[in-house]
Amino acid sequence: MSDKFADNSGYAHEGHGDDEHTRRDFIYIATGAAAAVGAGALAWPLVTQMSAAADTRAAGFVEIDISQVEEGQQIKVLWRGKPVFIRYRTQKEIEEADAVDVSTLRDPQTDDERFVPNFSGKINKKLLVMVGVCTHFGCIPYGEQGKVDPQSSFGGWYCPCHGSEYDTSGRIRKGPAPLNLLIPEYKYISETVIKVG
Amino acid sequence: MSGHSTYEPKYAAEKWLDKRLPIVRMGVDFMGFPSPRNLNYWYAFGGILTLCLISQIITGIILAMHYTPHVDMAFDSVQRIKRDVPFGWLLQPMHAVGAAMFFLAVYIHMLRGVFYGSYKAPRELLWVIGCLIYLAMMATGFLGYTLPWGQMSFWGATVITGFFGAIPIVGESLQQWLLGGFSVGNPTLQRFFSLHYLLPFIICALVGLHVWAVHHVGQNNPIGIDVKKKQDTLPFHPFYTMKDAFAIVVFLMIFAMFVFYLPDALGHADNYQRANPMVTPPHIVPEWYFLPFYAILRAVPSKLFGIILMFAAIAVMFILPWIDTAKVRSMRFRPIARWCFIIFLFMCFVLGWCGANSPSQIAIHMGEKGITFSTISRIATLYYFAFFIPILPLLGWFEKTKKLPKSITHAIHEGVA
Repeated sequence: MSDKFADNSGYAHEGHGDDEHTRRDFIYIATGAAAAVGAGALAWPLVTQMSAAADTRAAGFVEIDISQVEEGQQIKVLWRGKPVFIRYRTQKEIEEADAVDVSTLRDPQTDDERFVPNFSGKINKKLLVMVGVCTHFGCIPYGEQGKVDPQSSFGGWYCPCHGSEYDTSGRIRKGPAPLNLLIPEYKYISETVIKVG
Repeated sequence: MSGHSTYEPKYAAEKWLDKRLPIVRMGVDFMGFPSPRNLNYWYAFGGILTLCLISQIITGIILAMHYTPHVDMAFDSVQRIKRDVPFGWLLQPMHAVGAAMFFLAVYIHMLRGVFYGSYKAPRELLWVIGCLIYLAMMATGFLGYTLPWGQMSFWGATVITGFFGAIPIVGESLQQWLLGGFSVGNPTLQRFFSLHYLLPFIICALVGLHVWAVHHVGQNNPIGIDVKKKQDTLPFHPFYTMKDAFAIVVFLMIFAMFVFYLPDALGHADNYQRANPMVTPPHIVPEWYFLPFYAILRAVPSKLFGIILMFAAIAVMFILPWIDTAKVRSMRFRPIARWCFIIFLFMCFVLGWCGANSPSQIAIHMGEKGITFSTISRIATLYYFAFFIPILPLLGWFEKTKKLPKSITHAIHEGVA
């Protein structure tokens, strides 16, 4: 054992000592690089498994019949684990939303920009479709059937968690939330049915 | 500080074992660890915390035998544990109340460390490891609170995971990755359960490092001066094992009072309602031990800045050993720092009070109007950070400290230890 050891060290010092060093360094670096790539390749599935699974993503849309919603009413439909608000607005609410000076808003958006064309290609400002999740920390704002929380002064929705207030177009007006209530991706698939997602 | 071993194996079997695996020697030396002779009852919380960790792990492993991590069954399975599982009525509150008691003990332990300057050289790493344990405890506490799948569980999880959504650019994808879906749902519950089971073992490993570090640098003491001679110390056993045991009995009496008479006093009634993604409870609050941070989060009217402040409130603890410039460790000899500490403690309670109430509410009535919780939480948040920067670094330069005793033994004889 000790003979072999002595042989080895003798070999390293004889003649091509420097040469040996670079070759050994190369092997170290090559081994390290291969291990790093391997570790990365293994880490990817370990990390990615946590993303939304195929069935969760596949269940990401919902069809909603809007024919039963009456003026002044709001329905809530669960979509991707969150409620979607479908609000049939009164004429007064629409006028209020239009009267707002857009440049004063935190997240500037005109009322018209918050709608998609309906089945006949025009926008229906009566039917407001929004994700009913406060853009602050994800609570659900009050405002069902026009029963606006008395604490709100903008006639729309009020988040009980941290006091964000939204107007009749669902735009953020007061409180900590940074953005307007989100308009989901949706389209009219007939006169009376919308598909969200 | 470790000194040399005092263990002498007497019997043949002991000698045989000691040559092969000196485990008895390790235990004997561990228990005989020379500790400063002036440690007071505030130093018993290390032992109390060890007990809390063991109790949480044992009750937790048992609860996991009866719990079902599924959105349709989680709530019922916890109710079943409380009502039908033999002694479940005892074990479930032991775990839930135990978490609160664990945090109570860790806060006292940390504040003790701040008051006596236990984070100063050479104990900086000891302190940092302690902060890591606290961080892991907070994560474990939050994950565990989600598991009963009541309204507070669900909405607490929604709010906390919402923090990550506030990060610019990557926020939304990061949040979806954490939740395993578009909102808090079954994949979220299952991973939270898995991680809630994992983290305590990471805490155990960190506690191992923490204890190793304290045995390497030695314990600090109420007067904060180094141990100079053997006379300054006492062996850990039997002196501090007995002192700790007494403190543990008192602690367990309080623990038992909550478990047997007030098992729900520290929780929230809304968590007896099933999680409902369509209805937010009117008033979302975290458990009491997170309230001060919750108040800091809401102190500013900006989402991202609030989150940054809240994380900063925890991050600043990690750098404490380097921002406190004072040479004297114990605040017993620092007349100004002592008052700043007392105000800090008071402000932590104020923040807790603000966290439990809605920001727009009036806290102190003055005639028609008054001061809102939001205003008070801003003042308290300002002081919270001011205590770390600039108060502590500045005091190190300006404060005139009292004269330190020559040694721990001297201090005892002079009656100041």
